[in-house]
Order: sequence, then structure tokens, then C-alpha cells
Amino acid sequence: MTLAQTLTFAGLALLGGWLTNTRSRARAYFLLTASVLAVFWLQPALPIRYLDFWLPCATLAIVWLSWALTAAPGQRAVRENWLSGGLVCALILLAALTRLLPFDSILTASTPPQAWELILPAGLLALAVFALTRWRRGWFLTAGIAALIGLLILQKSPQLGAAASLFLRAANGQAVGPASGLDLRWLGFSYIAFRLIHSLRDRQAGRLKDVSLGEYFTYVIFFPALTAGPIDRIDNFTKHLRAPAVLDREQQLRAGRRFFVGLFKKYVLADSLALIAMNSTNALQVRGAGWAWVLLYAYTLQIYFDFSGYTDIVIGMALVLGFNLPENFNAPYRQPNLTQFWNNWHISLTQWFRAYYFNPLNRWLRTESTHAKIQLPTPLQVLFLQVSTMLLIGLWHGVTLNFVLWGVWHGLGLFAHNRWSGFIKPRAEAWADTPLKKNLLNVSGVLATFHFVALGWVFFALPGIAISAHFFQILLGFNG
Amino acid sequence: MKTPETAPPIHPLRLLGKALLWFVIFNLLAAAVPPDLGQISGYNLLYPGRQRFPFGENPGQSYNLSLFDLNAMFKSLALDGTPKAANEFRILTIGDSAVWGTLLTPGQTLAGNLDARGLALCGKQARVYNLGYPSLSLAKDLILLQQGMSYHPDLIIWLTTLEAFPQDKQLSSPLVANNPARARALISQYGLALNPRDPALVEPGWLDRTIFGQRQALMNWVRLQLLGVLWGATGIDQYYPVRYQPAAVQLSADQSYHALTPANFEPGKLAFDLLPAGYAIAGATPILLVNEPMLISSGANSDLRYNFFYPRWVYDRYRALLAETARARDWQSLDAWNLVPASEFTNSAIHLTPKGEALLADRIAAALPGICR
Repeated sequence: MTLAQTLTFAGLALLGGWLTNTRSRARAYFLLTASVLAVFWLQPALPIRYLDFWLPCATLAIVWLSWALTAAPGQRAVRENWLSGGLVCALILLAALTRLLPFDSILTASTPPQAWELILPAGLLALAVFALTRWRRGWFLTAGIAALIGLLILQKSPQLGAAASLFLRAANGQAVGPASGLDLRWLGFSYIAFRLIHSLRDRQAGRLKDVSLGEYFTYVIFFPALTAGPIDRIDNFTKHLRAPAVLDREQQLRAGRRFFVGLFKKYVLADSLALIAMNSTNALQVRGAGWAWVLLYAYTLQIYFDFSGYTDIVIGMALVLGFNLPENFNAPYRQPNLTQFWNNWHISLTQWFRAYYFNPLNRWLRTESTHAKIQLPTPLQVLFLQVSTMLLIGLWHGVTLNFVLWGVWHGLGLFAHNRWSGFIKPRAEAWADTPLKKNLLNVSGVLATFHFVALGWVFFALPGIAISAHFFQILLGFNG
Repeated sequence: MKTPETAPPIHPLRLLGKALLWFVIFNLLAAAVPPDLGQISGYNLLYPGRQRFPFGENPGQSYNLSLFDLNAMFKSLALDGTPKAANEFRILTIGDSAVWGTLLTPGQTLAGNLDARGLALCGKQARVYNLGYPSLSLAKDLILLQQGMSYHPDLIIWLTTLEAFPQDKQLSSPLVANNPARARALISQYGLALNPRDPALVEPGWLDRTIFGQRQALMNWVRLQLLGVLWGATGIDQYYPVRYQPAAVQLSADQSYHALTPANFEPGKLAFDLLPAGYAIAGATPILLVNEPMLISSGANSDLRYNFFYPRWVYDRYRALLAETARARDWQSLDAWNLVPASEFTNSAIHLTPKGEALLADRIAAALPGICR
């Protein structure tokens, strides 16, 4: 988000918080309206004709279908849902009608298509929602999760994205030569998909409470958290949505502090560090190990200040609107080991993976696999769990070899820490019998963890294996 | 001391009001006593000084930027961090983008070329520093020379060309326009025939002097410091495109030059009076005045024009005037106008290739021993 967009959202949050302070119903409709409009407003311009209008529409359609899959039978015909559905339709139509304005569209990145072109997709959506509510089967939820994962892979894989772009360009009668995966930049879809999968999986497990269509929409596309999380749990979110927002003095101060600290972290510290942070250009130009470490440290701090600053801004805005969103960062670079680092870095994402991948697989490995003829030894189980979880987190950022390596780097690091700590912890505790030694142990742990994480960012920030290897060589003094 | 239990509750609006008040106070203070941030620099301390002035439009690619704070610009130079040794013969080169070195690495510029030769002059070791800056204006050269004199040079090599002489170009150079106090001081001190109230000079209003009004300058200073890291890390201070538009050789038949025609040309319309001001600024320090090389085109209308900049008639008159002025005032000068073949120019009629720059350096190096006499 740009500074202008952030400040606009802050203004909107203040206005919403002030206008609808104790009126829950008004607040719900305000948030739904603002969030739907934000889906269109934040979507960046795309070179494929009208795609920057159709992708937000697709987001809303997917949310609607997911709700139809997860809503309890008694929920579907409630009048409130018709109102929310009608409001969403009206807002989409409004976005399309901005085409008629005599000036450049203020709501969409480029001119939207003719409003009549919405009729067919809207009809198909209505049919799909109707079909899902009438003939719902258990496997629909699994199919929904699979479809969302498929869309995520399509969006995150440069090759598949380029192929999809090629197809869309050809279908649109546009030049196919410049087709690229970047043509499919789908605003916030990584987070949207994870919120949806969370609700579908909780419905499968029978844990999902009844949620109205409006609440579901607002949860998935909540405007402050649309672009980069945090990924809240639906039950936590609806608890706040249903309760009257009380913005007392304490809350105002807390919100203001988070917002302004976030602004400083993101737009002053992170943006300044971005000028000198390691990237694909300067990684090839840097002369000498010392300077390479400076660029790497700059990137390490920049990514933290950028993301945690953004989270602070979001949490501050959400507080004004009466929501306590989950924390995403808790001094991750001050942690004494890698396990602690991952407990404090992008917390809502790691908790998601813990809830829907790590814990179920761990349970299965510990219980079901005991009945199998071949049982994996515990260290191998740990290795498989750690590496596969981190590999998936890597792939969530992008389906490229470098993200795979980043995931494996951290997976192996977590495994090593798991094994190492069992061996070293009692000995270290025996050695650290004075406060000074304890501090020394802690500081060395923090430094080692920080550098392990920093080195991992080489895979994360650079686009290929060759350039990463080149940069590692420079860092280690073998090149440059 | 108040404990948290006894501390009065903080009222958010009152807090905002206090913050606003402090903001206003700091802004008023900054407007009344402007801080000279340019004196603070990480160059030559945290990272090496630059080989030439900061200049560039795309910091992301060039690791450089343009700013107007002369102190910050000088502080970013290696020259600023290099104490003059007893046996150093310090040479400063001043001039336009051809001296600064568009499309050339620092080592390929005239200063880099001369410095690499390890010349011994007047019994000392010559060290050559680049004070060229990419805009064509003698007034800009004077402002840089004035500040450059504080580095105790033993020789100034001043390269110039006709395009730096038109009256309308003197104060419109961004560096001059955004340093109006220095420009006015120069005009009054040396009695220059320039208008001190020229609208080209950007006069900061009261609001422009506050922190809020100076936010762009502040940001530029911060960016200059940060980009010092990338300069140190990469040694790159310019974006080198793989391809560029070569200097035009097919020329228009237009014979006019800055509203001058053969019929209305008068020497007074060129700022020749700024040259003696340069010599006055340099004082006892000798100056080698060089008429810099330019592209002599052989394309369409090359019988009327030498290149994109100059109709033949005006450039010939300028050369004659420059030679006459130098002779009359006994200035050391070098006319290198046709020294470099057309194939050794890059994207402008005055920008040289490394080979062209080496040719020029050869010629200047040959003329330098004469300075000691």
C-alpha cells in the first residue's frame, strides 16, 4: 500500500469508528462496503484488458461460493444475507458504472468493462451458489480447498502464471509476446485463500460457527488487513464484529501508538533501508565481503520493518474499528534460537500452518503410523515435519526454486535446533552458572539465530540459484 | 516522581495538540535558524568519498541523485576527505557534463585520466579532482569554483564551450537557480551583468524555510547519505545504459542560436564577463582555460551547423572571441574544439568516449608543464 492509500484507510477507519461506535449493525454494513470497495481500489493495474476489474470480482465470487459451502442450511435464507448479497452486487455494479464517469476511474485501476458484461458471470455465480446450497456434498469442501490451492499455485508460479497470461491475452486479442506471471498480480489473494481454506477446513471438522454472508465477506476481505494480513481466525473476528466497538481513551492511545509507530517503521525506516538493501542488481555489483554483509543486513532489517510496520498500521486501524487483530511479530530478531524466531515471525501465518498442516500431520505420524509396518524413527519424523512445513511456507511466498531452498534452509535449521538443543541444553545450563555466562549464552544465541535468518534471506530476496550462489561466495570472501 | 497509578490519564486529543505545538515550534526554529545539514556527512567516514559530484535522476539504478545543497555535495567528495599532502600538486577540473563524465566511469573521465598518469608538476605529485557538474552555465562553474578554492588547488583546469555562455543560461542552471544567495553574492561581488532579481532564481518563501518546506531537501540529504553505502559497495555512481541515442549528425538548417542571428549578434550577448570573475576567484592559482572538444558533424546541413548545438557562424565567432580575450588578458588557454574525431562522441556533441577522453587528456597533459613556468 502506498502512503496515500494507508492514510486514506486510516481516515476511513477513524470515520467508521466514530460514526458507528456503538451501532453494531451500521458498523457491519460500513465495514462490508469499505472492504468491497477496497478490493477494487487496491487492485494494481494489469496489462491484460479488464483483468484488474475481473480479479476483484473473482475474489468476491470465490468468497461468496466459499460461504455457500460453509454456511449451515438454516443460515442461507436469512434476510440479512439477502441484504448483504444485494449490497455486494450493488457495489460491483457501482464499480462497473464508474466507466461512465467523464474522468479517469477513481475506484478501479483502469476503465472497467461495460456493465452488461457482468450479467453472464453474475448468472453463473447465482447458479453455482444455488447448486451448492441445494445439492451440497461432503466432498465439495475438499474440492473447494483443492481449487483454492490450485489457484494459489497458479498465481504463485511464474511459469503457470505466464501460461495463464498467454491464454488470457490470446482470448482478449492482445499481443502474447510480453505475457508474464506478473500479469496476474491478484491483490491479497494469498491471504484471502488462507482465510477461506481455514473456514472450509473448520467446517469440515465441524468447528465453524454460524456466520452470515456479510460477516463472512467482511472477515475475508477486511480492508485494513486485505493486502498483507494478519490472518485472523474467523471466530475471533466475528466476536469483535458482533460486539459493540468501544473506543475508550486507552484504546485510542493504543491505536494511535501502533499506527504512528507502524508508519515510521514502514515509510521511514523500511523505505530508507530499501535504497541500500540487497537486490538482484546490486548483488551482482557489490565489491567485497564487508559491503555484501552491509547490503544483507540492510535487507534483513528492511523486510522486518516493512512487514512489522505494516502490521502495526493494520492493528492500529483495526483497533479504531473495534477489532483486536492477532499480532504478527514479537521481536523476532531478538530470539535466542530458530524455533523461537519462528514463534515470533509472521505469527499468524505460522500458526495457520501449525493448525492445518504441522499438528495434523504430527498427530498422524504419532498415532496412525504406529499401526503401519514401517515406522519412521522420531528424528526422521521431526525432520520430515520441519522441512515439509517450512517448504510449504516457502512455496506460499512463490513457487520457485529459491523459495524452496529458503524453506529447506529453515526446515533444516529447525531440525538442527531440535536435535542440538536436546544435546546441548543441559550442558549449557550447567556451564551458565553466573548471570554473565547466561547473558553471554543468550547473546550468542541471538547473534547466531539472526545471522542464520539473514543468510536465509539471500534465497528469499534473490531471483535465482546462480545469483544466490554468487552472493554467498562474496559474503564468504571467495569472490568480488 | 509519579507512579503509573498516580499519573494523570493521557487525553489523546491533548496529546495530539501537544505534538502539533512542538511541530510548529521546531518548524519556526528551523525557519529562523536554518540548520546546515550539508556539513554532516557519512562520506569519507563511513564510506569512501565520491569521485565526482552527486548527480542522477534514477537513484535505484545510478546509486546517485541530484540535489542543490552545495555543502552536502562537496562533503560527499573524496576531495573533502583528502588532506593536501606537502608534495601534492592539486588540480581541480571544472566544467559541464563532459567534465563530470556522462556515460564514463570515474576513472575514464578527464580527471580520472589525468590522475592515472601520475604526472609530476612543478616538482610535486599531481592529483586531479573532478568538480565538473552536468549543466551548461558559466555562473554554475563560478559557484563551484568559489567553494572549490577552499581545497587549496594549485591549478584549475576550466573546460567550457559556447553553450555555457548565453546570458539566458547563466541563472537557469538548477544548481544556480536553487542557490540564489550565492548567485546574488557572485553578481554583486564581481559586478556581473546578470539580473539579481531574475525570476529564474528560486526565492524560498517563509514556509519553504521550515522543516515542512524543506522536506524534499531533507529527504535528498538522507538519500545522499544512504546512497553512499551503495557507492562504497559497488563503485557505481551512474547508470550505464546498454544502448543510447548517439549524438545527432543529421542537422536542421536553422541558423539561429539563442535568439542570435548573424544580423543581430553582439559579443555582449554572451557572458564573457564571467570569465574574468573566475580568474578573480582563483586569485593567484593559475587556470588553464580549455575550449572543449565538440562533434563536427558531416551529415545533413553540416555546411551550416557543426552539430546539434551550434550553427557554424556563431561558433566561429565565439572561438575567435575566446582566443582574443585569452590573448588580451594573457590567460593560459587551449583550443581543443576539433581535437576529437566524430566517432569518439557518445550521446551528445560534447560527451566523449573513453578513447576521446584519453585524447583530450593527452593534449592537456602536454600543456601542463607550461603552467609551472
